Amino acid sequence: MSSLMDDPMILRSIIMDHYDYPRNHELVDKEGYKKKHMASESCIDDIFVQSKIEDGIIKDIRFDGVACTISTSSTSIMSELLQGKTIEEASNIIKNYYQMIDGKDFDEDLLEEAVAFHNVGRQANRIKCATIGWKAMEELIEESEEK
Amino acid sequence: MINVEKIRKDFPMLQNKRMQNHRLVYLDNGATTLKPNVVIDAVVDYYKNYGANAHRGDYDLSYQVDQRYAKTRQTIANFINADKDEIVFTSGATEGLNMIAYGLGKKLSEGDVILTTEAEHASCILPFMREVNEHSASIAYVPLHEDGRIYLKDVESMMHENVKIVVLAMIGNVLGYLAPIKEICNLAHQYGAVVVVDGAQSIPHMEIDVKDLDCDFFVFSAHKMCGPTGVGAFYGKKELLDKMEPLLLGGDSNARFDNKCYIELKHAPEKFESGTQPLDAIFGFGEAIHYLEKIGMNNIMQHEKELHAYAIKKLKKMDNIILYNEDADSGIITFNVKDVFAQDAASFFNANGVAVRSGQHCAKLLQNILGISATVRASIYFYNTKEDVDYFLEICEKATREACLDIFF
Repeated sequence: MSSLMDDPMILRSIIMDHYDYPRNHELVDKEGYKKKHMASESCIDDIFVQSKIEDGIIKDIRFDGVACTISTSSTSIMSELLQGKTIEEASNIIKNYYQMIDGKDFDEDLLEEAVAFHNVGRQANRIKCATIGWKAMEELIEESEEK
Repeated sequence: MINVEKIRKDFPMLQNKRMQNHRLVYLDNGATTLKPNVVIDAVVDYYKNYGANAHRGDYDLSYQVDQRYAKTRQTIANFINADKDEIVFTSGATEGLNMIAYGLGKKLSEGDVILTTEAEHASCILPFMREVNEHSASIAYVPLHEDGRIYLKDVESMMHENVKIVVLAMIGNVLGYLAPIKEICNLAHQYGAVVVVDGAQSIPHMEIDVKDLDCDFFVFSAHKMCGPTGVGAFYGKKELLDKMEPLLLGGDSNARFDNKCYIELKHAPEKFESGTQPLDAIFGFGEAIHYLEKIGMNNIMQHEKELHAYAIKKLKKMDNIILYNEDADSGIITFNVKDVFAQDAASFFNANGVAVRSGQHCAKLLQNILGISATVRASIYFYNTKEDVDYFLEICEKATREACLDIFF
């Protein structure tokens, strides 16, 4: 895993791949899905994240909208990574992701492709891009727990 | 010709300032401008040598603040060929536009129309949208020409007797085109409408004569013209100011009031200036205008035009750059790097020490017309050099999808 972290070419290709071919990049109009609109984080990013959470398990994550490379790819990676996880597992992954973004200790193995964003803090004003989709998912999880 | 090297010595931010380990090349002057020492010193001078409030105390220090306050008002009036009683201090163009929208909006009724354009900044359009909603009036948009410009004939096609207010920027903050304000004012007045001009992007770069333009209101911020943040002013024709109600009420703007809710306000402009004004910033504002006057507005414009023309000539040759306003009338260059989202490109410029802005530049309606969701904007001011532009061009040339992502590793 540490070799992946140290290879900018691979990390770049992960981000490009998720930007050019974003996964789960279509909203659905089906029962059981809740939606979050994230448009207030910045002037530009305007994305929707949708998730179906049943019995404490994240059954599906989808997203759509206009966003930069970092927002699109980080949300795409998140949508793959958290799918099928329990909300406890997902919350732990989200927590580790934020720790990575903040430059703190984190579990690389948990984050898989999301380690591509470990240096996003070098462009401080882009941290919000790397976390916008994750924040939406965090809120969707919290709302599912409130019920 | 201006001596840019000499001018740059006046700006602390232009002395060896670095960003991301590169020499800072500041090209976000459309957002705000850097400040020369005379402005910074004037702000500090207030705190070090005056300290008192204006129009409050019966002592010398307060009187001296009053004098300086009045002097700045006169300086602003002279700068745009207005009378001092026609200049209202504000916290900036946004507040000015809100004050005018509120004052004019009170007189709107059902069926009235506010005419504007889809290129306007949020500050210019949102306060008027609120008035439209509250008074059952409606808003109409002058169609922008294909090239993004506003032409008199298009304004003419939208004018009718129900149009009460025309509000638009003299120079748009995204495309940098100069609107034919003088002709629009002449036209609007024939229909009995008043014209509110957002001058935030024009007054820093060119000579303004409100009498010659014959506009009814002209609004601007100090910080885009080398002055402090948190202060601005607007010009309003005296007879209109006299009839207009202020948005804010409070101390200093009232003459007397009683317990039966009788309120008598002072005359314009004082009736619009409730509460303690940003006195430090007003001191600085006056010095900023003196500083620009010394350099000369025509010299400023000429220098910016030369740099702009030089940059455009080179940018047009770059296959990876899409230009949206090559014939802009100001130092605003709006572009995208091919296949790169605007914000990703702006971060690449940041990583190389160049400050530019990405996004919709607060003009969200315009993006529909350009057919893109975001652009990068570089905006030139008189303290920028040919070296600044050359370095910017060098980064433009290097900007590729890969390069824009590599800054994250």
